[in-house]
Amino acid sequence: MSAYLDSFGFHVPERVVSNAELAQRVGCTAEWIESVSGIRERRWAAQETSVVDLAESAARDCLARANVDPSTVGLLIVASGSAPPGFPAPTAELAHRLGLNLTPAIDLPMASAGSIFGLVLASQLTDTYGNILVVAAEKMSAIIEAHPMEQNTAVLFGDGAGAAIVSTSGIRKLLKTAIHTDGQFRADLAYDWKSALQMNGLSVILQASRKLPTVISEVLAAAEIPASQIATVLVHQANQNLLVRVGKALQVAPEKIYSNVARYGNTSSASLLIAAAEWSRQNPPPGPVVFAGFGAGLHWGALVAE
Amino acid sequence: MPDSIHDRVLKTLKTVTTQPLPTDTDESLFESGLLDSFALPDLVTALEQEFQIKVPDSDLNPRKFDSISRIESYIAAKG
Repeated sequence: MSAYLDSFGFHVPERVVSNAELAQRVGCTAEWIESVSGIRERRWAAQETSVVDLAESAARDCLARANVDPSTVGLLIVASGSAPPGFPAPTAELAHRLGLNLTPAIDLPMASAGSIFGLVLASQLTDTYGNILVVAAEKMSAIIEAHPMEQNTAVLFGDGAGAAIVSTSGIRKLLKTAIHTDGQFRADLAYDWKSALQMNGLSVILQASRKLPTVISEVLAAAEIPASQIATVLVHQANQNLLVRVGKALQVAPEKIYSNVARYGNTSSASLLIAAAEWSRQNPPPGPVVFAGFGAGLHWGALVAE
Repeated sequence: MPDSIHDRVLKTLKTVTTQPLPTDTDESLFESGLLDSFALPDLVTALEQEFQIKVPDSDLNPRKFDSISRIESYIAAKG
């Protein structure tokens, strides 16, 4: 595998939705929301803003930071679990907006795990396609607004988008990757656009608490890197309590588990790349970095990069 | 005499919750608030350590751990 992570970008909407605002809507307290999730606020996009709008902003941010002209993108991958149903899915419109009219573009209709699946798939395709732009964009507020949800679920989500360039050269060499799917528990986290999002929190947290450390250990073992040598762990920002448990299971110091969930909430598939983009701008420490995601399906995966 | 499965399940539960354990072994540990979604993974890990078993992902169904009696049944079935 000769693939590198080259650059990250992100975009979050301007509107901040505080716990206090949501607490009033769903009938709980701001303190309760923070205690069960670690979330203090999240961003919600305006009604007229689409998933593609969010994706385009993150994509352009990523391309500008990498100083990569959009015309050099050889493959576009867009993940979203909250894009409206139907076809064509968002990638075609994003490709058109970026001026990519011959470049292949693939949609990953995956919630939460879309970023890690996009990165891992891209890592296997760089020899053929060169610069691969991976984007994950979510407008979870549209799902919250469309159907009343249980308070346990409604308070978690935010909107945003992240992007990355995976290429044959770059800043961090990808060492090992792993992605998995198990449909046995698919009904425990599901949304069909006809009724409210269904989440069996007990089951989802139980699965995530076990699968994330396991898949991270899988890629570390394959790369022969002990967990003690990891500089940073970037995990899907689902819930602060989950991030803490992943760190404990790996026996990784808490400060190495990157977290921005307090400010953005759970932005589903976008969260991993938003976290990566912020982390990359904060003078990250040298050493191996782990990316990991988990989401509806169940789909989960991880990668380790130098 | 070695501790029974029942005693060891109670001992394990006490490591993941500070609340008093129910006397009714069929009472839901989730509905009573004794276990929440983040205590459950801790319980499964603690059971694995106490009973030297491996709970496969396919068995990670919260219903299997919803009451003291269900936990005991699961442990007994693991042999």
